[in-house]
Amino acid sequence: MIAAYGLALGVLAGLLMEPSIPEALAPYLPIAVVAALDAVFGGLRAHLDGVFDDKVFVISFVSNVLIAATIVYLGDQLGVGGQLSTGVIVVLGIRIFSNVAAIRRHVFHA
Amino acid sequence: MPEPPTSPPEGSTKRSLRSQLFVGLLLAVLGFAAVAQMRLTRDDTDYSGQRREVLIELLDSLSSAAERTLVQVDELERTRDELLSSSERRQIAIDEAESRLQVLEVLTGTVAATGPGVTITITDPEDSVAAASLLNGIEELRDAGAEAIEINDTVRVVASTFFTEQDGEVRIDGVAVRPPYLIDAIGSSHTLSEAVIFPGGLADEIERLGGTVSVEEANLVEVGSLHSIDAPEYSQPTEG
Repeated sequence: MIAAYGLALGVLAGLLMEPSIPEALAPYLPIAVVAALDAVFGGLRAHLDGVFDDKVFVISFVSNVLIAATIVYLGDQLGVGGQLSTGVIVVLGIRIFSNVAAIRRHVFHA
Repeated sequence: MPEPPTSPPEGSTKRSLRSQLFVGLLLAVLGFAAVAQMRLTRDDTDYSGQRREVLIELLDSLSSAAERTLVQVDELERTRDELLSSSERRQIAIDEAESRLQVLEVLTGTVAATGPGVTITITDPEDSVAAASLLNGIEELRDAGAEAIEINDTVRVVASTFFTEQDGEVRIDGVAVRPPYLIDAIGSSHTLSEAVIFPGGLADEIERLGGTVSVEEANLVEVGSLHSIDAPEYSQPTEG
């Protein structure tokens, strides 16, 4: 419940504050958001499986974001930033799809 | 603050609450970042959020487009210059043709002409002035550079003009001309009057025949009679 409130609060704050993103962070933010989404869907699936653990969720969330950002940063340094971001997005997209599929099975039993 | 170990249920609730708050905080950060990123993407009109490679590609395509456009501009400018110079040439040709047309029109007597010149009046009380004398006079005027000549305000003297006599009358181009003869000639008025009154010239000849000649120099002589020309029937211009 608190998690849902937090999400709503964050969206509201983003809408109201109209934040400007620092130039240095601009390339990493989209990847970080997708990585965080992956962690969130993973957490939701675990919750429905009855094995949700706060600690695991927090660690997976933070590490997902950091690893994704690091990969993109490395890619930028190596000159393959565009390709590597695409790769990261694809992998995270696949994970999100499989997590959502599991959630769907829980919710709709189908 | 350390939890009292004696109340595990309460502590576990507190820890669970704290980690739930932590999860909520993370999700709040996620929502905030997602909204911010969406806003950035939607407002991204100044390329500030683009990757370096994309920007370089954009720049490349822009500069090659600019190059192509410059080449086109060059070509179009060249075409414009060519058109301008050709239309200029055409205008020059038209001007030349027009001035030539004017000269020819005056020479062939198809237009009226005005200009400085002389008016010569020849009286012939004894009816003794013949066509030959008038022709001599005209030749003298032509020799003096007369550009347009008419007689009695009725006959324009041109290249094909002929003088005949019939029944004691002088006929010019078939038109009867009676004395007093009035010759209008356009040209240098002084030279023309000299051509008439020089010793042994037209004036002397007429006076020997019993007539009189008066020459009047004028700044504006009008030659109003016209000569109609027919297209040549036999002769054709040759090339070159």
